[in-house]
Amino acid sequence: MSTQDKVIAIVAEQALLEPSDVALTSTLEDLGIDSMGLVECIFAIEEEFDITIPFNANTPEDSDFDISNVAAIIAGIDTLVSQKT
Amino acid sequence: MKRVVITGAGTINALGHSADATYEAMREGRCGIGPVEFRDVDRLAIKIGGQVQGFEAEGRFNRQQISLYDRFTQFTLTAAKEAIAQSGLEFHGELAAKSGVVLGTAGGGVSTWDDNYRSVYEDGKNRVHPFVVPKLMNNAAASHVSMEFNLKGPSFTVSTACASSNHAMAQAFQMVRSGMSPAMVTGGSESMLCFGGVKAWEGLRVMSKEACRPFSANRNGMVQGEGAGIFVFEDYDHARARGAAILCEVLGFAMSSDASDIVMPSKQGAARAIAGALKDAGVSRESVGYINAHGTGTVANDKTECAAVADVFGPHADSLMISSTKSMHGHLIGGTGAVELLACIMALKDGIVAPTIGYEEPDPECALDVVPNEAREVRVEVALSNAFAFGGMNAVLALGRV
Repeated sequence: MSTQDKVIAIVAEQALLEPSDVALTSTLEDLGIDSMGLVECIFAIEEEFDITIPFNANTPEDSDFDISNVAAIIAGIDTLVSQKT
Repeated sequence: MKRVVITGAGTINALGHSADATYEAMREGRCGIGPVEFRDVDRLAIKIGGQVQGFEAEGRFNRQQISLYDRFTQFTLTAAKEAIAQSGLEFHGELAAKSGVVLGTAGGGVSTWDDNYRSVYEDGKNRVHPFVVPKLMNNAAASHVSMEFNLKGPSFTVSTACASSNHAMAQAFQMVRSGMSPAMVTGGSESMLCFGGVKAWEGLRVMSKEACRPFSANRNGMVQGEGAGIFVFEDYDHARARGAAILCEVLGFAMSSDASDIVMPSKQGAARAIAGALKDAGVSRESVGYINAHGTGTVANDKTECAAVADVFGPHADSLMISSTKSMHGHLIGGTGAVELLACIMALKDGIVAPTIGYEEPDPECALDVVPNEAREVRVEVALSNAFAFGGMNAVLALGRV
């Protein structure tokens, strides 16, 4: 599975949607994912990719990790994965 | 002061998944204690307990709820649903604003602590699920009950080891009696039957490997249980005005502290709580027909408790009945007083006194009528429920037939 497929699967599971209902342009808010769902997504992504995401739930907008939509999340993950090796 | 009655009861424990199933098991003197099943049980010296069987979170709760509900919260919500449904109350407006939930637990989300310590210490993981804290906190169960049933009044969790539920119910009773709340949801729960929970108790060397035999000369320790007992305490006039069925009345309570030893019980501390409950309830010693004992099955508790009862009741101690239902459902630690309150309700409402099962040999130091092995049909006017915790903190409730 590509990063994109894995992320969409995680986000879809959290949003109780089918992966086909999740678009790259979808925001987490569009998908009905609240702040607790967001931290669960971050946890699941960290587990899946064995990375640490610089995300602080107190100040999500100041985090060095863009969660504005699904495509931004995928791009952020790819960066973190490439830095790992 | 308002009169306080119980209009709803719910439970899940090793004897059954409802109050009716539990009454039936207590009537029949059935034992819910047996081999326990959970991860790493082979590394334990104690392999028995009063484990709840046939309870699966899947199907009862959705995935999001399961990620937030420790087993003690799952038990609590299940029992609360039964109790509130029986009461017939729906919490809206002023009633919701004034009614709350006060629950007891000693350990809270013990298996959540256990699972996550295992994950980071044993499995070497460096990350835990985001909801570990809201899942394990001692007040999680009370909070979820408040959210599920719209209880917006005074709500909190009490933790006084094995007296937690009795202390919680005493608080709820006071709130209704004083007129502060027209109704309160109260009781307690515990789910310590996991590797770490049992291993900790093993350390004290007070656990039996075979059975819980309270008051029997050959008793050799306590057996852990798990589950929840939840009740609706309601202002008598409020209950009457809506035509609610009343299970029994809560007449009074007392608390005391031994101020002496962190684990050894004190006859004086227990006696002061028992005598205090009679005084608060305004009932005579002679009116008490049944005592649900703390009766843990340890050498120390049972003889101290019997001596305290003999001191308080004098000659009447030989006429009353005292039984320990821990012999059937095990010791639910912080939830124990709540499940045991069901035995008091059954005695008052149905005139059936639950037995002390597993009783084999009389002990001269426990020379009271402990209702050995078989339930008894007797009309009971007043019943007491004893809880004497580690730390020397005691709470006794007095209940009456309506």
